[in-house]
Amino acid sequence: MARASTTQRKAVVTVCAWAVGLVIFFPILWTILTSFKSEVDAIAIPPKFLNFNWTLDNYHDVQERSRYFLHFMNSVIISLGSTILALIIAIPAAWSMAFVPGRRTKDILMWMLSTKMLPAVGVLVPIYLIFRDFGLLDTRTGLIIVLTMMNLPIVVWMLYTYFKEIPGEILEAARMDGATLSKEIIYILTPMAVPGIASTLLLNVILSWNEAFWTLNLTAANSAPLSAFIASYSSPEGLFYAKLSAASTMAIAPILILGWFSQKQLVRGLTFGAVK
Amino acid sequence: MGQIELKGVAKRFGDAEVIPPLDLKIEDGEFVVFVGPSGCGKSTLLRLIAGLEDVSGGKIEIDGRDATAERPAQRGLAMVFQSYALYPHMSVRKNIAFPLKMAKVPQAEIDAKVNNAAEILNLASYIDRRPGQLSGGQRQRVAIGRAIVRNPQAFLFDEPLSNLDAALRVNMRLEITELHNTLKTTMIYVTHDQVEAMTMADKIVVLQAGKIEQVGSPLDLYNHPKNRFVAGFIGSPKMNFMTGAEAAKHDAHEIGFRPEHIAVGETGDWKGKVTVSEHLGSDTFLHVDTEFGIINVRANGNVDVHHGDTIWMTPDRSKVHRFDAAGNTL
Repeated sequence: MARASTTQRKAVVTVCAWAVGLVIFFPILWTILTSFKSEVDAIAIPPKFLNFNWTLDNYHDVQERSRYFLHFMNSVIISLGSTILALIIAIPAAWSMAFVPGRRTKDILMWMLSTKMLPAVGVLVPIYLIFRDFGLLDTRTGLIIVLTMMNLPIVVWMLYTYFKEIPGEILEAARMDGATLSKEIIYILTPMAVPGIASTLLLNVILSWNEAFWTLNLTAANSAPLSAFIASYSSPEGLFYAKLSAASTMAIAPILILGWFSQKQLVRGLTFGAVK
Repeated sequence: MGQIELKGVAKRFGDAEVIPPLDLKIEDGEFVVFVGPSGCGKSTLLRLIAGLEDVSGGKIEIDGRDATAERPAQRGLAMVFQSYALYPHMSVRKNIAFPLKMAKVPQAEIDAKVNNAAEILNLASYIDRRPGQLSGGQRQRVAIGRAIVRNPQAFLFDEPLSNLDAALRVNMRLEITELHNTLKTTMIYVTHDQVEAMTMADKIVVLQAGKIEQVGSPLDLYNHPKNRFVAGFIGSPKMNFMTGAEAAKHDAHEIGFRPEHIAVGETGDWKGKVTVSEHLGSDTFLHVDTEFGIINVRANGNVDVHHGDTIWMTPDRSKVHRFDAAGNTL
């Protein structure tokens, strides 16, 4: 009896999980399908699911009309650059907060997180003016700086929760065993924190890759990453859904593949500390 | 050599004085146990000696040299932690070799020392495993191995057995005592378990609220506790305390009888009703409700009394412990 109801419950949960998963994934699937349609098929009513003339024309057109590779490289440089810069700042910060906390450490952490609750548009004008005065508009450097600042709170928090899980006694044992601070970091802490640093890096790359507010507002042509490349296919071009879809597919494909192969790391990183 | 002397050592965390200035001398080769209830400052005291905490005042001397400002590794002490604190990403071999590697010992010498430690502690069969694949007892052996290879002037143990199950604890207790007999190195051992303290120590230091209540050999503390706290803390089951008329008979504010110094019989001085009887075969522990409150009695062998029985008890009045109003032994 009990076993039957457990099996039943499992079946229901499985069906629900698949349904939610499909609902979430459907827009992406639809974008990918649309990218292979002609513009006429793309706006056909009733919508055509699989029974349309498959074509690669949109990809061809998009390639011809814009410089995908430039935007792709911009995305890579901006997301990796901002992530590495954020890690360089956040590792020592999280280190001191986790292992030598002061009386105000918790407050500082909360304050850092609270900056994420401010709508980004609230600081758009001052940042835009600062960028203009310093000649940072439409530069990769400018975007790296602004995305580093945007993601720093999350990076510090993630690393902090990771480091908190490393028992202080192990570091003390290393100290007793004669390790200096640098050796303690190289031989004990870093190897133990590698999974945490890796998942933080992955998540931050994805966040930076997908970031659209700052990349759209602070770039024009030269430093525009893929998010701006997609946007360039939306309003000014009118109703070119198929081309827009092709551009979107090309923009999200790299990060989707990266996310797919690293999903185990990502889930572990995000739930670390919450689930033991 | 491993003589350690604390001179007026004190520790404050902010405004809270955890350890008021205290003096203590630990002789070379001694097995000293710090014992006390949790929060009494015994672990803090050990960490001060190790150098993991800075003293707020006073001096720590190791072999006559002022070590107060030295870093932990410079003090030549090795520590075994309650959680073992093994490096989870390293094999047993690498864990044990780590302190030698840090000291830049030549590889050939490291190998020899690690193998030697593995042999002493019987861990050769799992030397290439990681700590995660070992049982609690095995992990504790590795932690001790890591301490031994350094050839330290003294070993510091911070409640090393409290994470082990009862049977293993007794085994490891014996092993550590044997190790001390073999190495003859100074050992400082922190525990809240007075049985560990009594069985292992050459010298026990009883602490309460950061203060040393008494220092002495196990039997010295058992037979001649300096005050009521030590009398109550050392010995299991606990000493029975009485005030009032019973105490006045012995011309004291309060008196105490150990459970093993009270005889059970058909007649006697005190009458009571057994609330719980624990029959261990070798001993019988009785909790008896009397006019003085609950009295613990320990009788040799099996005594055929049970819950609800009324019994008579007679204390061995030559073994009485007498205390004044301040709790000091008279």
